Amino acid sequence: MVVGSVAAIGAGLAAIGAGIGIGQIGKGAVEGIARQPEAANEIRTNMIIAAALVESVSLFAVVVALLGNG
Amino acid sequence: MVAAFSICILFFYNISLAQEAHSSHPAEQQPNTKQDKEDELDVAGTILEHIRDDHSWHLWGHTSIPLPVILKTDKGLEVFSSARLSDEHHNPVVYNGNYPYQQIEGRIKVVNEDGSINAEASKKLYDFSITKNVLSMLISVALLIIVFLGVARAYKKTGVSSAPKGFQSFIEPVIIFIRDEVARPCLGHQTDRFMPFILNIFFFIWINNLLGIVPFFPGGANLSGNIAFTFTLALFTFVITNVNGKGDYWKHIFWMPGLPVPLKIFLMPIELLGVFIKAISLTIRLFANITAGHILVLSLVSLIFIFKAISASVVVVPFTVFIGLIELLVGFIQAFIFAMLSALYIGMAIEENHEQDLVL
Repeated sequence: MVVGSVAAIGAGLAAIGAGIGIGQIGKGAVEGIARQPEAANEIRTNMIIAAALVESVSLFAVVVALLGNG
Repeated sequence: MVAAFSICILFFYNISLAQEAHSSHPAEQQPNTKQDKEDELDVAGTILEHIRDDHSWHLWGHTSIPLPVILKTDKGLEVFSSARLSDEHHNPVVYNGNYPYQQIEGRIKVVNEDGSINAEASKKLYDFSITKNVLSMLISVALLIIVFLGVARAYKKTGVSSAPKGFQSFIEPVIIFIRDEVARPCLGHQTDRFMPFILNIFFFIWINNLLGIVPFFPGGANLSGNIAFTFTLALFTFVITNVNGKGDYWKHIFWMPGLPVPLKIFLMPIELLGVFIKAISLTIRLFANITAGHILVLSLVSLIFIFKAISASVVVVPFTVFIGLIELLVGFIQAFIFAMLSALYIGMAIEENHEQDLVL
């Protein structure tokens, strides 16, 4: 029998969300750099900021999942 | 420098993992006689124990450094070694100071004669101990002071005209990077005023992230994955942002210009909440990222013990090394993000008479 907690499902869902979000950001950044290689540095900085914002939301979910698990 | 460091980390990870894998070997050879239950490793408990703050610093096997415990109760201050809180088998024992103290789930509590927690007296107990995290912070501060005083002395001697030498050539590009890529785009002509804070926060978080990855003595404390630590850093950003906030900043919070009055009233609580949420998100981001990294590495190592097969380490060790390298990157990125967002928040607060609103 599989024993676990619902928190694990929540963490998984958060990972899906963050994956989609960061994937979109990476896609946008790579496309932007391909179109305008001279703006690569600026795009990269903004990409990291946006990725960090998305990631932090997913990590909130992970923290909630951990708390719910404990 | 970074490459050399990452190679060192890689090397030591291998050694420490090999040792752990080795030590699991004899346990496996034993026929499961008495400790059928003890063989089942409590993975979650072990991981949480490793990322938690502690009153002693575990080195290897049964060796650990006891750290001073400083307690303040209504009967005054008292200092004793944390070695007195456990016997030679590392089981918690009662220490009779001003009150009988015992370590329960990592925290020091006042206990009654029968061993139960004296909740009333425990409430008046303030723990100012030099714990593992505090010691780790002091070590990182000492490291930073040594590095930066050395670099500063070199600048004093040779000036800025000659090429950087030694450790200067590692620190200088990083400082220039922070100034030109992080601080200047956000802070504009006020960059120099806030540079000390931004640099401080960046290097402090970075060195603590790196020390957290090192798996043996001077490192290994989960300091930047401690929510009190990240909260304090975010509090600095919060205070500096709001103390330096110009009229425009407050106007955009309480009475957003260019909107109809009902919307202004509607936006006011949301914007006010946003002031606090910025600091909270800074806190949680660093805390959760670093803690998640530590948990990930520890879980991977525990896989060997879960499968109870030494062959699992063939997969686990390279993967842990890989995650360790990613953690090196994350350690830098998180320090960078914290500094960047601090600069951004401060920049938004000190900005004057801007016509178009910022999108963020």
